[in-house]
Amino acid sequence: MQEWANQLCENRQFGSKMTDSKYFTTTKKGEIFELKAELNSDKKEKKKEAVKKVIASMTVGKDVSALFPDVVNCMQTDNLELKKLVYLYLMNYAKSQPDMAIMAVNTFVKDCEDPNPLIRALAVRTMGCIRVDKITEYLCEPLRKCLKDEDPYVRKTAAVCVAKLHDINAQLVEDQGFLDTLKDLISDSNPMVVANAVAALSEIAESHPNSNLLDLNPQSINKLLTALNECTEWGQIFILDCLANYTPRDDRESQSICERVTPRLSHANSAVVLSAVKVLMKFMEMLPKDLDYYGTLLKKLAPPLVTLLSAEPELQYVALRNINLIVQKRPEILKHEMKVFFVKYNDPIYVKLEKLDIMIRLASQANIAQVLAELKEYATEVDVDFVRKAVRAIGRCAIKVEQSAERCVSTLLDLIQTKVNYVVQEAIVVIKDIFRKYPNKYESVIATLCENLDSLDEPEARAAMIWIVGEYAERIDNADELLESFLEGFHDESTQVQLQLLTAIVKLFLKKPTETQELVQQVLSLATQDSDNPDLRDRGYIYWRLLSTDPVAAKEVVLAEKPLISEETDLIEPTLLEELICHIGTLASVYHKPPSAFVEGSRGVQHKRIPIRSGSGESSESQDTGGAPGATEAPAAVIPSQGDLLGDLLNLDLTPPTSTAGAPPGPPMPMGGMDLLGGGLDSLLGGDIGGSPSMGSGFGAPAAVMPSSLNAPVGGGLGDLFDLGGGVGMPMGTFVPPKTLWLPAMKGKGLEIMGTFARRAGVIQMEMTLTNKAMSVMTDFAIQFNRNSFGLAPAGPLQVPTPLSPNQTIDVSLPLNNGGPVMKMEPLNNLQVAVKNNIDVFYFSCQYPISMLFVEDGKMDRQVFLATWKDIPNENEAQFQINDCHLNSDAASNKLQGSNVFTIAKRTVEGQDMLYQSMKLTNGICVLTELRVQTGSPTYTVSLKCRAAEVSQCVFQCYEAALKN
Amino acid sequence: MIHSLFLVNSSGDIFLEKHWKSVVSRSVCDYFFEAQERATEPENVPPVIPTPHHYLISVLRHRIYFVAVIQSEVPPLFVIEFLHRVVDTFQDYFGVCTEAAIKDNVVVVYELLEEMLDNGFPLATESNILKELIKPPTILRTMVNTITGSTNVGEQLPTGQLSVVPWRRTGVKYTNNEAYFDVVEEIDVIIDKSGSTITAEIQGVIDACVKLTGMPDLTLSFMNPRLLDDVSFHPCVRFKRWEAERILSFIPPDGNFRLLSYHVSSQNGYPVGYRSLVAIPVYVKHNITFREGSSQGRFDLTLGPKQTMGKGVEAVLVSSQLPRGVLNANLSASQGTYTFDPVTKMLTWDVGKINPQKLPSLKGSMSLQAGASKPDENPSINIQFKIQQMAISGLKVNRLDMYGEKYKPFKGIKYMTKAGKFQVRT
Repeated sequence: MQEWANQLCENRQFGSKMTDSKYFTTTKKGEIFELKAELNSDKKEKKKEAVKKVIASMTVGKDVSALFPDVVNCMQTDNLELKKLVYLYLMNYAKSQPDMAIMAVNTFVKDCEDPNPLIRALAVRTMGCIRVDKITEYLCEPLRKCLKDEDPYVRKTAAVCVAKLHDINAQLVEDQGFLDTLKDLISDSNPMVVANAVAALSEIAESHPNSNLLDLNPQSINKLLTALNECTEWGQIFILDCLANYTPRDDRESQSICERVTPRLSHANSAVVLSAVKVLMKFMEMLPKDLDYYGTLLKKLAPPLVTLLSAEPELQYVALRNINLIVQKRPEILKHEMKVFFVKYNDPIYVKLEKLDIMIRLASQANIAQVLAELKEYATEVDVDFVRKAVRAIGRCAIKVEQSAERCVSTLLDLIQTKVNYVVQEAIVVIKDIFRKYPNKYESVIATLCENLDSLDEPEARAAMIWIVGEYAERIDNADELLESFLEGFHDESTQVQLQLLTAIVKLFLKKPTETQELVQQVLSLATQDSDNPDLRDRGYIYWRLLSTDPVAAKEVVLAEKPLISEETDLIEPTLLEELICHIGTLASVYHKPPSAFVEGSRGVQHKRIPIRSGSGESSESQDTGGAPGATEAPAAVIPSQGDLLGDLLNLDLTPPTSTAGAPPGPPMPMGGMDLLGGGLDSLLGGDIGGSPSMGSGFGAPAAVMPSSLNAPVGGGLGDLFDLGGGVGMPMGTFVPPKTLWLPAMKGKGLEIMGTFARRAGVIQMEMTLTNKAMSVMTDFAIQFNRNSFGLAPAGPLQVPTPLSPNQTIDVSLPLNNGGPVMKMEPLNNLQVAVKNNIDVFYFSCQYPISMLFVEDGKMDRQVFLATWKDIPNENEAQFQINDCHLNSDAASNKLQGSNVFTIAKRTVEGQDMLYQSMKLTNGICVLTELRVQTGSPTYTVSLKCRAAEVSQCVFQCYEAALKN
Repeated sequence: MIHSLFLVNSSGDIFLEKHWKSVVSRSVCDYFFEAQERATEPENVPPVIPTPHHYLISVLRHRIYFVAVIQSEVPPLFVIEFLHRVVDTFQDYFGVCTEAAIKDNVVVVYELLEEMLDNGFPLATESNILKELIKPPTILRTMVNTITGSTNVGEQLPTGQLSVVPWRRTGVKYTNNEAYFDVVEEIDVIIDKSGSTITAEIQGVIDACVKLTGMPDLTLSFMNPRLLDDVSFHPCVRFKRWEAERILSFIPPDGNFRLLSYHVSSQNGYPVGYRSLVAIPVYVKHNITFREGSSQGRFDLTLGPKQTMGKGVEAVLVSSQLPRGVLNANLSASQGTYTFDPVTKMLTWDVGKINPQKLPSLKGSMSLQAGASKPDENPSINIQFKIQQMAISGLKVNRLDMYGEKYKPFKGIKYMTKAGKFQVRT
């Protein structure tokens, strides 16, 4: 009813008007029939109107796919608008109706021969958008013709079409040689064609990081620079972004490119400007600093950046994020432009916060007075977040510019006088930092601070205040009273405040031991006896012991000289900054993270770095090492996300990284092997080559690294030895399921993969038998996993001695680690694998026995077992039966032990053996089981308890598999 | 590249979607709505929003959010610039860019979007090329099309599409040949409590309306080109010539276009503190005070002209966000009318023209909540105005010449100064 009512309204609203909104009125359920009739009408005009109605419904997300055959019937028409509309419809729905879409092929092929270039282009463009395999096959011939079409409009459309086709079927594009044609188009006479070819190649290259598609050399660079002047603004962006990937041979080439790029800084399109800034910032690095041109360039960079700030707020935001990077890299560019970053009160909040950040970065002795006056002004604004940040900024200025510290402190005091609650709290937090930077200088303000003690309700501010009271206890007459007042509500405070209070009172005691003995007793007992927080307890005990054993030592420890806090704590780490400078204008620069850290499926994000300056004489071979993977790169793994880092550090095998180099040289690693591995790999490698993979950099390079010797063929060979015994059940060996067929030769274009998983010496191995059943040799093997439940990831590249000739079979063993990205799979132990070779990429999924993940130290203490068993709620308990098992309990226990299932206790009740067993998964999940074996009965009962109940089923499968083999 | 586009109206409904690659479910916009909910003001929605599989880049124009969905690393500015181009095109085609206008022309909109992007790559974004491909709707054409069954899609390849001057089509013919240039400057100023200027910058543009037959080649020279230090040109301007001679030489697009935009800051070309290039055309005397313990506040505001080179200041509009504690304002204006919105606390005073002999003023009292403490925040005063026949930077066109065609065109140059973000702190 409601629907009808709505429709009535709509009819009344729009019905009388001569506008497109009338199309919206007739697409409710049931009216599809009406449309169908109209589409099949004889009248041209009625047909077109009907198609328009269909399109209108499509735009608002209604499903009109049922009309597919009727709409396709309208395709054979001379009317260009009708043709376009039908094409629009086709693009949207062809995927859902692939068989029907075939009907359109003939018209497409015919249209590709049309004398009107507009129609030829339209046809090839539309065909590329139809993601149906069968249509794609027919696309190749027309596309080939269009790539060589006499009309540049058609050629430029066809160039983009290659990128589309590559997205649908990469192999086809390579086989058909379209990539080479595309490369040829870079030398096309028409700049627009060049720009589109560059754009298409860049997009394709993203999925093929090492393919060297955009083979940049001085000649091609020259062509690009020529096209740059003549193509559209969008083309300029593509070309500039492409140029930014080039590494000039010497400073002279660098300068000449810079000279030709500089005019782009005056472009009206801000994206062009920023891309140009990127090229200049990167190539500038190669210029000698004493060169006149270097100075000129620096001067030229400032105005366009300033201009970006007068654009719309969204543009400003992106510009500001980038300027933030530029200011860190080269503060000299904008040092005189402080004023443009002053905040206007009607700027959107996201612009305000960014401007503030840059203001602090630019603050110097020369402009600090102005900056402070501004910041003070901001501190009286309405927006709480902004005000807080402004107050904090004042503190940062004080720490950054020593000469201004005094002025900053007095500004902060003025602000405290306003008594605005959150301003006071922020001010106290930053004053604490100022005290730490300039000790014994501004303590006169403490009295004012103490006046505001009662108004502090945020933990950070309370903690800061307590720190101040403790630190300067000897100057505050009533310090003991103040701290005592905090102590009353000790248990309601946050940990931060509790810790601070404990330390402050101990400090106070050490300074005024006579009056405060009672107080210190009180806080120590609160911290050690009444608290559940281990940090607090430990700190309490340490103080207690220190004070009771050696008060002098306590004094030395607690009242030790503190290191001064550093000037700028929020600077981006230099290697990351360098990489980000190469990504100016991209999302990476907005997030201040390398692309590999966040871009979904960043298969091909290459780790970019600023070129090293080299004079004209020297050749810059150093660049080559940046791209070519060498033998040392074996221990590559997908970067763990921040959260996993700690876990990985704990699991870290402490094999010194130097052994990497000593690993037996395996077969030369196939270049193609890199293709499939995540972008993380590249950044990891880049970090290594950079020579300073600092631990703090967030790369966590060593964390995910497995001992590389495991990758070496030796490891594989060892595995094979074990494999011989695996079948008969060696007492200590993990149970290894027999190899199953993962990828049939039919699906793998001749490549057959059988495989299984094993855990050997604490390392999970994926063991595969690769058979080439095709007629040609296979090379360039690589492997990659989809995210999975336990973060399994290859610990190294797939070592296949290539080429694999026809009918050859080889066994390979791939060590795995669990540092990869985690995503819950269904079933839990499912693993989706992509294997690539020179022919194609193949996907299959397999299931690994969860026993692979049982770690060697999974044996639980009896007491812990008991407690844990009780602790896990009963609804998490699962029970399974294992039939036809003829082992006695000892043999079973022995067998399970081989799979790292440890028997903790055994009990015999009325002829029933009860085994209590525990195991631990790589991600720390513990599983507890009770195995009941009735003597003489072939049926076992397993009761299983685990906090993560999902794993039960998998664990049970392991029991069954292990016991029956 | 750009995957999809969603248009969202102010009530949070998606009223149009367009996909250039595979279809992205509109549920991806939920992340946008979340951000929208968090933002206090509509304009505070962050322009780049990450979601697990996509990135949303949005702009807010004419109270419509244009939300682009991207999947891989794409320069955000590229996307934002493109979205602006979409807005401009809609405005160009339909006169206004509103939800109603877009819905009324949904098929044209769809055709336009299809022409503008191919597989996420920009295809044709120049207004004159688009207009050749898809004719803008007019009432007359809609009528004619309905009757005759003809179409508004061009049958021929647009001539500009591939020529060296893609912005101009060939075979343009006019009976009256005319070229008008508008020099429009917006002045952004922050003035502090004491009346001294904190920042002052000018954002200038030269917009042109050129209706000339054939392929004219124009040159425009300035009396004081030194002012133009920080400029962005329309692609038609020959950059080399500008660099060498400081002359704008170009083959103009047909119709309306922005020839150049420029930026004059207080420091262009001068060492710091030397002399400000930016003249401040109006001054404000203000006295807004609250006393502790009193429930009344004083409000006193006087405007006056300053450095206007004798030109009148018109269309003056003063607005100020008064502190939250203010209940009402009881003021009297010497000219114009004022309004106070007790809900948003926004005071607006429509002044009109400033008469230098009798300066406009607004005086009176503000009532506060009884017993409330003195408000903490100091209201800022925002001023809008226009000054005709003057470019505040002093920029002056010297001459305009035409080559390449024989006829004599009619030429005109107009100057105007407007307040941009003109802000006075109290």
